[in-house]
Amino acid sequence: MAKRRMMRGSIALAEGAITAGCRYYFGYPITPQNEISEHLSSRLPEVGGVFLQAESEIASINMMLGAAAAGARAMTSSSGPGISLMQEGLSYMAGSELPGLVVNITRLGPGLGGIAACQGDYWQATRGGGHGDYRLIVLAPNSVQEMHDLAIRALHLADQYRNPAMILADAILGQMMEPVNLEPPLVEIPPKPWALTGARGRKAQLIKSLYLADGEMEKHNWKMYAKYQRLQEAEVMVEEDLEEQMDLLLVSFGSCSRMVNSAVALARSRGYRVGHIRPITLFPFPSREIREASRRVGKVLTVEMNTGQMWEDVRLAVHPGTLCRLLARPGGAIPAPKEIFEEIEKFVRAGDHFAENIC
Amino acid sequence: MQYYDLIFSGFGGQGILLAGEVLAHAAMLEAKQVTWMPAYGVEMRGGAANCTVVISSERIGSPFAEEPCCVFSMSKPSLFKYQGRIKKGGLLLINTSFVDPALITRDDLESICIPASEIAYQEVGEHKMANMVMLGTLVRASAVVSLGKVEEAMEEIFSGSKQKALPQMLRALRCGYAWQG
Repeated sequence: MAKRRMMRGSIALAEGAITAGCRYYFGYPITPQNEISEHLSSRLPEVGGVFLQAESEIASINMMLGAAAAGARAMTSSSGPGISLMQEGLSYMAGSELPGLVVNITRLGPGLGGIAACQGDYWQATRGGGHGDYRLIVLAPNSVQEMHDLAIRALHLADQYRNPAMILADAILGQMMEPVNLEPPLVEIPPKPWALTGARGRKAQLIKSLYLADGEMEKHNWKMYAKYQRLQEAEVMVEEDLEEQMDLLLVSFGSCSRMVNSAVALARSRGYRVGHIRPITLFPFPSREIREASRRVGKVLTVEMNTGQMWEDVRLAVHPGTLCRLLARPGGAIPAPKEIFEEIEKFVRAGDHFAENIC
Repeated sequence: MQYYDLIFSGFGGQGILLAGEVLAHAAMLEAKQVTWMPAYGVEMRGGAANCTVVISSERIGSPFAEEPCCVFSMSKPSLFKYQGRIKKGGLLLINTSFVDPALITRDDLESICIPASEIAYQEVGEHKMANMVMLGTLVRASAVVSLGKVEEAMEEIFSGSKQKALPQMLRALRCGYAWQG
């Protein structure tokens, strides 16, 4: 095993991107993700890459579009407001079937918000975010090790499916230090025969998202839909911590799942039989896993650092008749393990009336 | 199962985050699970600074400490803020060069009052190394990691261009470790 190193999440993510062969970074400063840019500004030139501070987020995403069209592995990173500015470019990339990595170290919102940790960008990330019928591949790490590993995974998936991928994290994961194993996995960048590399000796190629002919756009949308179905079939990542017999199932993602892990340990030490499902891919969402587990339990508690955005996906996924409840802390508040435990205790003991929703 | 959580607190510029990082690094070298979480906001030099370190033999959930086993305090506001939260029977370390021991209101703790800045100045000639003196005392009192691993961690952190400060830092750490009120 390679030596573990103590590292911040932002740095581990940047190192993961380099390990994955990403050599192009375009970005514009915003807290709380500046450590990523700062690190790559010195590291990318060392490995023969390009670090470019663009004049805006809109420029960053379009530079990434250009690099991706030329066949490069490229990335950008920003936070809430900057990611909002990138939505047009992301929609164009998805429509043009161009890969790339966008990292969102979220801020509070809406608006300028604040720099503390929260999960309020779940909808924006998982619903596409920009205009049109598309999805982003969304991965949600919950440790510094995963900041590193999922950056590699996201770049790989983006190339494999020709679709932009997003890492959705927050200041907890960006600022925290944990030991990381940087042992580099084998990275293979797939061939990109579609890339615009100069047409000498071959037929000219076109990368576009404009489809004006009759029925052409519908055909393209169905083609992209089929791709999203393949992602749903093959690429779901989920951490399941289930028991044989369960009184309650918890669902949480990202930094929030760390507090839930502590609450689950506390609940089990007090004799409660609880399980926990952590979606690692937010799109594709682990609906099947949640449906199966909820069928055995009947009660599902979702814990989120927003007003209940993933809760919608959980309610769509659960087995019919499941009692659903939400513990939500938006705006930078972090649910304490004790607070989650008290909610577990109440929900396990309570009758059906305690549920906020019967799905 | 080992589970030990600490809050390092004081003013920005006192080396609060660094003291926590050295301890976290040492825990990693002992093959333990560890998290280091800085307070994150609109901090600046002279403002409040703190970080939370969790050391465990098992996978760590929350990187925060609601009721820490130990608080390391180098300023009056941080003592006010955190002493009420320490677990009963827990450990409180204050730097009496900055904080009056009379301000400790808890009598259900092991309180260690160390004139860390004075020791650092007398023994190493640098009052700014009070953080390492306190860390040495913390390591002895808590036994959460071994002194040897803390020294090794410092050697790894203060390498390259930062190596110049290492001998003084190590001396400050050992002075704190050997200090007997």
